[in-house]
Amino acid sequence: MQPSLLSAILFATIVAGTPLIIAAVGELVTEKSGVLNLGTEGIMSMGAVAAFAVTVHTGSPVLGILAGMTAGMAMGLVFAVAALTFMANQVASGLALSIFGVGLSAFIGKPYESQALPSVATWNVPGLHKLPLVGHAFFEHQGLVYFSWALLAAVAWFLYRSRLGLVLRAVGEAPVAAHSVGYNVVRIRYMAVLFGGAMAGVAGAFLSVFHTPLWVEGMVAGRGWIALALVVFATWRPARVMVGAYLFGGCMITQMFVQGSGMHLNIPSQFLSALPYAATIIVLVIISHNKATIRLNSPASLGQPFSPEA
Amino acid sequence: MNSRKNVVTTLGGLIAASVLSAAAPTQVGFVYVSPVGDAGWTFQHDIGRKEMEKAMGGQVTTKFVENVPEGADAERVIRGLVTGGSKIVFTTSFGYMNPTEKVARAFPDKFFFHSTGYKTGPNMGIYNARFYEGRYLCGVIAGKMTKSNIAGYVGAFPIPEVMQGINAFTQGMRSVNPKAEVRVIWVNSWFDPGKEREAALTLISQGADMVTHHTDSTAIVQAAEEKHKENKNLYAFSYHSDMSKYGPTAQLTGTTHHWGAFYTRTVKEVLAGTWKGTNVWGGFKEGMIKLAPLNKAIPANVKAMVEKEQKAIETGKHHPFAGPVVAQDGQVKVPKGRNMTDAELGAMDYYVQGVASTLPKK
Repeated sequence: MQPSLLSAILFATIVAGTPLIIAAVGELVTEKSGVLNLGTEGIMSMGAVAAFAVTVHTGSPVLGILAGMTAGMAMGLVFAVAALTFMANQVASGLALSIFGVGLSAFIGKPYESQALPSVATWNVPGLHKLPLVGHAFFEHQGLVYFSWALLAAVAWFLYRSRLGLVLRAVGEAPVAAHSVGYNVVRIRYMAVLFGGAMAGVAGAFLSVFHTPLWVEGMVAGRGWIALALVVFATWRPARVMVGAYLFGGCMITQMFVQGSGMHLNIPSQFLSALPYAATIIVLVIISHNKATIRLNSPASLGQPFSPEA
Repeated sequence: MNSRKNVVTTLGGLIAASVLSAAAPTQVGFVYVSPVGDAGWTFQHDIGRKEMEKAMGGQVTTKFVENVPEGADAERVIRGLVTGGSKIVFTTSFGYMNPTEKVARAFPDKFFFHSTGYKTGPNMGIYNARFYEGRYLCGVIAGKMTKSNIAGYVGAFPIPEVMQGINAFTQGMRSVNPKAEVRVIWVNSWFDPGKEREAALTLISQGADMVTHHTDSTAIVQAAEEKHKENKNLYAFSYHSDMSKYGPTAQLTGTTHHWGAFYTRTVKEVLAGTWKGTNVWGGFKEGMIKLAPLNKAIPANVKAMVEKEQKAIETGKHHPFAGPVVAQDGQVKVPKGRNMTDAELGAMDYYVQGVASTLPKK
């Protein structure tokens, strides 16, 4: 394989993985606090439309990202009020939020369907981007790609090295215990849900403003669901989210390169497209095969409502 | 019991219809598979609907339901249109075929027209366009314009309609440039802008300098416009709609769909009572297919050549699949001396010679 081709595959894989990383890391933080928010697809759609609209009006992608983030947080708030304050079933509210978000974004986005934005310039890391092979693949990206790496590092540090991260994990593992030593479980969960919403919103903004600078109904096209699967695939570990996201992205990109190259490979592209999902199921089966590994990996109170009065 | 109920509905319908035609305008319903949006398959049908409404003056009103899933939901929507007063219903996606047929049997006094299918009835017609004619001309332009001799084609699913487009494009390209090859990537989705874009970029990074697509978004034209800054000889061909808004420099032309004249003619025939079954498969000649305005970058001699070829296709002097048509594996599909028949076109499930990719296994 020529070096330029490998570099192109790596480059495209990273781009394809970026929205998945951002959304999945947000969801990971939410789930670490013990809340299961299945609304990612809807939140990403809302983030995408808000970011696109604001970028069209202001011409500023940065304001667009902020708008995406704000829309994501607003959606997160809706979920938090339903699931945390009123203790509605988290699975049901999350699914409802997904359907609602996809629909509402289509409604809001109607007037923007005919518009196109100029593409956002890449930012080349000085010096590094000239490296052979990896230079183009890793260091000639749009800003949000670097943001996704910084986000991963920050969240990993937060969860495992900071006091607040420990508290968040405690809330997810044993909310009653955390409550009894004086932590406000519901408030911490609110924060985690808002953060998850904000990141899903940014992931949506990446799609509509950075990746394919256009808005069309349904453009998130299932990436929110992939992000949810990724969190499980990664067994709630930030570093593994990155591996998983690039694996998902890489599968999609590689099968395209194989098809485009005219190589005579008798693997149907549908099979390669389905591979990451199969991998997720396998991981699920492995971590669920006994109680100990489940306990080790998934937040113990995931999906269970908590009431301080009870 | 059931048959008596049918008779009653039929009688009721007939009375209602005759009263309606005298007094109120006739309602014509449309069922769309996706939102109307700003470009693409459904957008072109909706333009046709508006053109027909305008051409018919006050004689008809129209109604449409968008984003209708193919299958059981579609039947409910079609029934809803009919019971809601539509006398004529156009259903515009392949997957509406069985629901349309079912509802057509239940309402024999109403008229149904299904796009891209093959089932007909006494009150059900079918219509489609010869998209491949436009594809062939795009291929001719691509063959003349390419420097790398590689064209990239992003497809949704390997069904005959898509295969016709790929093969016609290849035939056109090779007719002027025998060294050219076409590479195909299937994205297994009609609509996923992110994936479509990645596929286009993949093809471009593998040397394609002419790209086109048989999917539903504008992402590929847009991606080409972006990459045109790096490679001045990178161009795209749009499909369904003119997408020059998304690629003012990169779009050379495109195969665009035009349903308005067909809708007007059909509605007129039904209202006049002269309709006698419809199986329309129209191309350039019927005005159902047109090329989007040609880009200034196309040299005058190529332009003249394309115009000549279009005339030849219109008058039937030339067929994009005139024999010999040779499949990728060397098998002669159509011998020299005759054109491919419509039945052969409808069953196309192979690549012609010149396509460099392998077809996904069935």
